[in-house]
Amino acid sequence: MGIFSLRNTREILRDPVNLGFGLGFPLALLLLLTAIQANIPVEQFPIDRLTPGIAMFGLSFFTLFSATLISKDRASAFLTRLFSTPLSARDFILGYTLPLLPMCLVQSALCYLTACCLGLRPGWNLLAALAALLPADVFFIALGLLCGSLFSDRQVGGLCGALLTNLAALLSGAWFDVDLVGGAFSAVAGALPFKQATDAGRAALAGDLAAAAPSLLWTSLWAACALLAAVAAFRRRMREG
Amino acid sequence: MTAIETRGLTKRYGEKAAVDRLNLTVERGELFALLGVNGAGKSTAIKMLSCLLRPDGGDALLLGDSISAAPRAVKRRIGVSPQETAVAPNLTVEENLELMAGVCGAGDPRARRRRVLAELGLEGEARRRARVLSGGWQRRLSIAMALVADPEILFLDEPTLGLDVLARRELWEVVRGLKGRTTVVLTTHYLEEAEALADRVGILVEGRLRAVGTPEELKALAGTDRFEDAFVALAAGRGAA
Repeated sequence: MGIFSLRNTREILRDPVNLGFGLGFPLALLLLLTAIQANIPVEQFPIDRLTPGIAMFGLSFFTLFSATLISKDRASAFLTRLFSTPLSARDFILGYTLPLLPMCLVQSALCYLTACCLGLRPGWNLLAALAALLPADVFFIALGLLCGSLFSDRQVGGLCGALLTNLAALLSGAWFDVDLVGGAFSAVAGALPFKQATDAGRAALAGDLAAAAPSLLWTSLWAACALLAAVAAFRRRMREG
Repeated sequence: MTAIETRGLTKRYGEKAAVDRLNLTVERGELFALLGVNGAGKSTAIKMLSCLLRPDGGDALLLGDSISAAPRAVKRRIGVSPQETAVAPNLTVEENLELMAGVCGAGDPRARRRRVLAELGLEGEARRRARVLSGGWQRRLSIAMALVADPEILFLDEPTLGLDVLARRELWEVVRGLKGRTTVVLTTHYLEEAEALADRVGILVEGRLRAVGTPEELKALAGTDRFEDAFVALAAGRGAA
C-alpha cells in the first residue's frame, strides 16, 4: 500500500498547475480580503475570523484533486490494472487518502502562516485550529473519492471544481455571516459541514475548545458518512471491474 | 500440468450471455490465443479469469486456485495487460515498473525493473514520464508492467492494438520469449498474430467456444489452407467442432 500511496503523492505533486492553483488561490484570497479590510472603515474581514474560513475553503480543492486522480485512473484503465493485483479495497482507500492528508495540513499551515504575516497573533491555539480542521480534511478527501468513483473526469471538474468550491465558499460563513441571510439559507448552511468546520476552527483559534466540540462532532459525522459512501462506491467499482 | 481450467464459466448481462458455459484447459507454459469477432466474449472471459469480473455461473481454477473462492491467491500469480494502455502518466517508466512490482508484492523491484527494461528495450526511455511517450512506447510500457512481477500466468488483451508493424514484430519476439516459462493467454484481432505466436487457438462465437486446436488443426477442421479462411468459416458456423 505504501508504494501505491507514493505513486498518488507523485501524481498530485507533479501536476504543478492544479497544485499551484489549489494552494495559491486560498492564499491570494486571504491577501485580497485583508487588503480590502485595511481600506474600509467597518470590521468586515477580521483576520482571526477570516483565516479559519479561508483555511476550510482551501480544503475544497482537495476534493477536486482526489476526484480527478481516481476518475482519470478509471478512464485510462490504470485502475483496472490495479484491480487485478492483490491490493485490497482497504489498500486503495488508504492509498488514495493518506497522501492527501499531509497536503491538507501543509495547505492549512501555509494559510495560518500567511495570516500571521498579516497580523494574526501567533500562539499554541494555531495548532488547535489546525487540528480542528482534521475532520474537514477527511470529509473533503472522502468526497473526492466518492465523486471520482461515480463520475468521469470531465464531470468531476464541474462538480468538484466549480460547484463544490462555490458551495464551500458561500455556505461556510468565511466572509459573511450566513445568519444575516437567515431562513432556509442559514438552516442549510448550519446543517452542512462547511460552516461547522469554519466555526470549529474559529473557536479553536480563540482557545475555546468546548465551543468547538459540537461543530467538530457534526463535521466528523459528515466525514464518516462521506468516507462510508466512498468505500461503498469504490467497492462497487471494484466488483464491476 | 494444467495452468487454467474453466468449468462452465458464464457471465450474463441481462438476458444476454457474454460468456456461455466456457470449458477450457490451458497447459503450463502454453501460449493460448482467444479469437472472436467484436462482442464474442474474449475480453469478458479474460476479465473473469483475471478476477476483474465475478462469474454468474461456473468457475475457473488458475494453478489450482479458484477465481471465485480465492481471488487474492489468483491475483498473486497473474499479470494483466488491459486492452487500453494503462500507465500512470506522471510517473517515469521505471517508477511505473517499480510500482507494479511493489503492489504485486514481488521482491527486489529494482532488479526486476532493470530486467524488464532490457527485455522490452525500454532502457532509453526509463527516466521519461509515461505521458510524454508515444502511443507505441506507452503500449510497450503497459505490457512491461504486466511482466515486471514475473507472473506465472499472463493475460494480454489486444497487446499490439495500434502498434506499427515494426513495433508489433518486436513485441512478438518478446511474447515468444515467454513461451515455456510463462503461461500466456492472448486475445487479438490480428489473425496472423495468433497464427505466428499461439500454440493453440480458441474461437469464441457469441460467448461459446466454437473450436479449439492448433492453427494447423483449425485449418484442417475448416478444410482450408489459410488461417484467416479457417477463422471465418469457424466463426460463421461452417465446419464447427
